[in-house]
Amino acid sequence: MEIALCFVVAALFAVTVYLILSKHIIRMLLGVVLLGNSVNLLIFTNGRIQSIVPPIIPEGLEVPGEMIANPLPQALILTAIVISFSFFAFLLVLSYRAFQDLDTDDTDEMRIAEPEDEGLPPLGY
Amino acid sequence: MTQGAVPLIDYSVILPVAICFIFGAGLLMMRKSIRWHPLIALPGLVLLFLADLTLLYRVATQGTVTMMMGGWLPPFGIAFTADLMGALFLAASGFAALCCGIYAVASISKVERRYGFFPLFFIMMGGVSGSFITGDVFNLYVWFEVFLIGSFGLLILGSRHEQLDGATKYCFLNLVGTTFFLIATGYLYGIFGTLNMADIAQKAAETDKTAMLFTLAALYFVSFAMKAAAFPLNFWLPASYHTPRFVVSALFAGLLTKVGIYAAIRINLMLFPPERAELSAVFAWVAALTMLVGGLGALAQTDLRRLLNYVVIAGIGTMFVALAMPVPDGDAVPSSLSVGLSGTIFYALHSIVVMTALYLAAGVAAHLTGTSSLREMGGLWRSNPLFAAVMLILLFAVSGLPPFSGFWPKVALVRASISGDLPWLAAMVLVSGFLLTIASARVFALGFWRPLPPIAAADRKVEPGGVVEEKFLAAGPDRALSAIPLFALTAFVIAAGVWPQWLFDLTDGAAAGIVDPSGYISSVFGDAP
Repeated sequence: MEIALCFVVAALFAVTVYLILSKHIIRMLLGVVLLGNSVNLLIFTNGRIQSIVPPIIPEGLEVPGEMIANPLPQALILTAIVISFSFFAFLLVLSYRAFQDLDTDDTDEMRIAEPEDEGLPPLGY
Repeated sequence: MTQGAVPLIDYSVILPVAICFIFGAGLLMMRKSIRWHPLIALPGLVLLFLADLTLLYRVATQGTVTMMMGGWLPPFGIAFTADLMGALFLAASGFAALCCGIYAVASISKVERRYGFFPLFFIMMGGVSGSFITGDVFNLYVWFEVFLIGSFGLLILGSRHEQLDGATKYCFLNLVGTTFFLIATGYLYGIFGTLNMADIAQKAAETDKTAMLFTLAALYFVSFAMKAAAFPLNFWLPASYHTPRFVVSALFAGLLTKVGIYAAIRINLMLFPPERAELSAVFAWVAALTMLVGGLGALAQTDLRRLLNYVVIAGIGTMFVALAMPVPDGDAVPSSLSVGLSGTIFYALHSIVVMTALYLAAGVAAHLTGTSSLREMGGLWRSNPLFAAVMLILLFAVSGLPPFSGFWPKVALVRASISGDLPWLAAMVLVSGFLLTIASARVFALGFWRPLPPIAAADRKVEPGGVVEEKFLAAGPDRALSAIPLFALTAFVIAAGVWPQWLFDLTDGAAAGIVDPSGYISSVFGDAP
């Protein structure tokens, strides 16, 4: 199971890298979504997948009686999902506003903050 | 499984974070009465600074303090551990934030206050403060994201074209950088099964899985280098830091990149010392190239703020020098690693203060001359001699010239590099300082010393009153509010430059606590082994 998940994670990362390397913002956005998901799956796999018993301690015991599923990666993933989701929402709005204002989603043409034809700085007085 | 009730005094560890979020949330609820925002935000920032100083005093006198969330026994709960390095960074960040807050009262317009300048400010400060005191790796990631989201909001406040352009690059690249951090943290958990830094430091010292830790250390370094804008991952910084309001630039340049440095020291140096030593050649090259790129980039800029962007990068390179030091061999006391690390921490504190001050001063200059381009600036020495003197001090400090605060940490770093058998790196520190001196001299000569250029002077006659067009919203009409923070920051620059020993005593202690983390570990786990 872990081996299979490793391959899934690898495939997702490959797609992510391909998408993020694009110069169009819209593809980069898709890459960011996949990036969040592939990282979450990676954390999940790192927490080891070995048991299907839910992490519940029976009444009267201080520690679980048998091997249980690891609850911590799930807590980490939940946090990471919330963060990546909110970031994606923000990026989506930002990209849309940037597209409206700058009339392009091609990162090569987004040169307003760093104009290309600025010329040399003053060389004398 | 719990420690019992947390002693009341231990709440001082989380007080800086709590203050930020209480004020941030409170101001958010008061979004309809923006007239009150400055009146509430300023006391909040004063409180934050006082809380930071209290914590620094406590850590400096009693050693590292730890608070376990919910009283859970370590390593299960989230630990907040304030050691001397974290407390020093925290105090410097509180100081810079207070100064920026005062300046912001004068310079941030009503519209931007309505869009939430002060709440975002506090949220970002909460994230920065949390990063400096957390003792849990995943929690550090969460604080990274918290201050990142606050900085996104501040960056686009005003939504001019350049801002949207710069913010797009800043947001994507920083998101990828922090995701790298998360990936590394996922592997870290897979290897150690724990996220508590003290626990990891213990287990990493005992483990023999060095190949895995090596990969892990490299991954962490990539993500922190991206956050700190080290070459070759620095391109988001010059693309974005000159676009927002001057006070926002000042806040970013002062604080955000230093969190990356802090995290690199904390994780790469404290948790994985052997792997850090293996990677030291990479660190040395990154440090040298970052210094060079920063210095040369600063020389090539026309715009004052874009020039300062590269000065920030040069400073980042200087701070990475300590990570390139060889392993202490035990003979030399103090070792080149301790000396270099102490210099790096000193330099980071100096950089927090001086970069904040420089961007604020750039804002004042832009307000006075109506431009931030060095082609059109001029005549400030004659019209505002006091302000020009402050600027001269700041430029001296940032170039590393005595007798100001940038000089001593560079002395320590050069000394450490030479004793650590890296003379070329010591030369690089000096070359970068030389390039920055030329760039600073250009700023002063063009913007301050020379008389106003004829073209710009002709333009200015059209509008009486000295100020041309209020396109910068840099400093408002209230000059006291823009002068107080500049003078306060400059006072620190002079104090740390003329009497550096008190600060060196603190940074030496901080460096010792990182090189030998036993104090950190025993603070988390108690004295029992």
